[in-house]
Amino acid sequence: MTTRSRILILVSAVAVLGAIGLASVLHASARADRRNHVQAGGPRVTPGTVALSGHGQMLFRNMAWGPHRDEVVSVPAGDPSGARTASGVKCLRFYAASGTGVCLQAVHGPVSDTYRALVLDSRLRTVRRYDVPGIPSRARVSPTGHFAAWTAFVGGDSYAGTDFSTRAAIVDTRSGELIPSLEDFRIVKDGHPYHAADVNFWGVTFAADDRTFYATLATGGSTYLVRGDLRARTLTTLHANVECPSLSPDGTRIAYKKRVKGLPKDAPWHLYVLDLRTMRETPLAEKRSVDDQVVWRDGRTVVYALAGDYGADLYTVPADGSGVPRRIASAALSAAFPG
Amino acid sequence: MYVADSRANLAASADGAVRSVTGRRRAAVAPAVFALGAVSLITDVSSEMVTAVLPLYLVTGLGLSPLGFGLLDGVYNGFSALVRLVGGHLADRGGGRHKWVAGFGYAVSAVCKPLLLVAHSLTPIGLVLAADRTGKGLRTAPRDALISLSSTAEGRGRAFGVHRAMDTAGALLGPLVAFLILRATVDGYDAVFTVSFCVAVVGVVVLVLFVPGGRGERVPAGERPTLSAAVRLLGRRDLRRITVCALLLGLATVSDSFVYLLLQRRLGVPDRWFALLPLGTAASFLLLAVPLGRLADRVGRWAVFLAGHGALLVAYALLLTSWHGGGLPYVVLALHGAFYAATDGVLMAVASDGVPEALRSSGLALVQTGQAMARFACSLLFGAAWTVWGDRAALSGAAVALVGCALFSVTLRPKNAKGAVAA
Repeated sequence: MTTRSRILILVSAVAVLGAIGLASVLHASARADRRNHVQAGGPRVTPGTVALSGHGQMLFRNMAWGPHRDEVVSVPAGDPSGARTASGVKCLRFYAASGTGVCLQAVHGPVSDTYRALVLDSRLRTVRRYDVPGIPSRARVSPTGHFAAWTAFVGGDSYAGTDFSTRAAIVDTRSGELIPSLEDFRIVKDGHPYHAADVNFWGVTFAADDRTFYATLATGGSTYLVRGDLRARTLTTLHANVECPSLSPDGTRIAYKKRVKGLPKDAPWHLYVLDLRTMRETPLAEKRSVDDQVVWRDGRTVVYALAGDYGADLYTVPADGSGVPRRIASAALSAAFPG
Repeated sequence: MYVADSRANLAASADGAVRSVTGRRRAAVAPAVFALGAVSLITDVSSEMVTAVLPLYLVTGLGLSPLGFGLLDGVYNGFSALVRLVGGHLADRGGGRHKWVAGFGYAVSAVCKPLLLVAHSLTPIGLVLAADRTGKGLRTAPRDALISLSSTAEGRGRAFGVHRAMDTAGALLGPLVAFLILRATVDGYDAVFTVSFCVAVVGVVVLVLFVPGGRGERVPAGERPTLSAAVRLLGRRDLRRITVCALLLGLATVSDSFVYLLLQRRLGVPDRWFALLPLGTAASFLLLAVPLGRLADRVGRWAVFLAGHGALLVAYALLLTSWHGGGLPYVVLALHGAFYAATDGVLMAVASDGVPEALRSSGLALVQTGQAMARFACSLLFGAAWTVWGDRAALSGAAVALVGCALFSVTLRPKNAKGAVAA
């Protein structure tokens, strides 16, 4: 084959492949228009005033296509699949309690995205802003609204891009003081001080006393439930194989995802509830693998997200192991009951 | 074939014994090396595009947490190291199959990209990425053997330098392309994967068209490339010494993520810059790969290889001092990149000197796999040491081990280490 014919073949190949690539980019950018149009049969979304003070409402990130995609919306707690009121605030993850909200956002830069956390007041106005070092995943506010926490996935190695660590941060929403990483706290594991390079934390949940919180500690290939103390700056392991804990409103039980043996490696989690007094675990009736930090709707029910046609749907299941899971809202993520 | 002069060099460089071909000493790097560099550049644009957006896709596109995947990742990497040996051996068998084994590896990785479009949960995504790694494992040793076989013995350091610089340029461009596509679209992960596929196919096309070599073209001298001959390679004093040194030094090479973590902790690099640290290393690697490759040809490859570890040692020392100047992170990253520039391609150039042509691919695979396994062991040991004694003590330990291994390597230096540049 002559050099000339080689170059001809290369140029034609580049032309064909370039056309395919360009078409895929154009197709994906045209989707912007489609996603800005309301999907048929989807929930009704209208702009309006959303406040964190009203009782009997549920808030979440609206993932339904249309002009209010990704905005925090409110619905009546009694009719979560009903008409949605859009706030105009876009979040990847959201949570709220007692008039304080936390919103984890992407900031689109010219060549890459950065992320930030916003602390919101009861009218969803931004009070404080923090850099988040990676892709945000979990968000929580303490029952008093005085503390907020978030978790981000941080990648540090370009050649092994799938090698992640997590950073969990806690902020005092009144003073603005930030604890950028729980890794600075002292760890007490099985009664002894513990140091390790591979420590990761995620999924913070707060108690009502503004001092105690719970979180996941991962080290040496295992996960643990830790109880944190904001004043003593300590973390104490309580139980093994607990991820993304969520404390019940009465502070006696932890709902969490547990890695169950015999399940596929990509979908290894079932929901459980741990009684903190007896340390007894109860499996919940959800048979699918859940990768979310659940939210307690009240003392008896939990709400969580599962993958759905438009990103994610919200489901509910009783917290005592009885009943069956029920879908309460489609195209929805990050539920909160701030009332 | 396309590159006539490289074949002349092939004959000349047999067994690393023949000295320079007169008048070729200052000749340009063989076109085959540029072609392979272009293939690597294009392929790295493709693969780093996917790597850059994958966490984002998992977390915000699919709603998964990538941690579960991180746990599987180590397994894949170990697997890839073993596949490398297979790729190396297959390329040698039958003589001159390097191009086709490498091409198969590139093609496997290319096919994986559109598969990401249909995989929507961690298991299929994990399998696709495992296949991608398999492709990478298969192609690495034959590709390096091709670079080595198409260069003159005295220009090998520079040839590997050129290849590594082009490869790294692709790695730096990939994320940029990916984010430009994401900017132009809405949730355009499908577009990123499609473009990545197209780019990967271009890489394969360039390989097929412009990289010389094919079935039975070259009748290699020396040992027949059987499996037992590949194993017997370790009986060769030079290669055994190189492998042992690579293993030892690998055992004292702290993995990149630890270096970045230490940089952040010791030197207080802000969180939001953390993701940019690997770019610093890559930029330094890119700039220094060719000059250090040339230097290796001139002053001796083994010396540059060891000096590269010296640069790493200085980086460790800077991380250990209590002096925290504002420019220190840049200096550490520059040294870290210099370490790669002085060792990554240079080691392949050194190893090439000790392996007969017929077994070149197997020999290089052997050294690479040994080094990869040693680095993996180092990561485990370093993590454990950090846990027991803290980061400072762990790093001091690594520094001491590095000095020890380097001193040992100086005494063990292969006798042909100068790379047959006596002329």
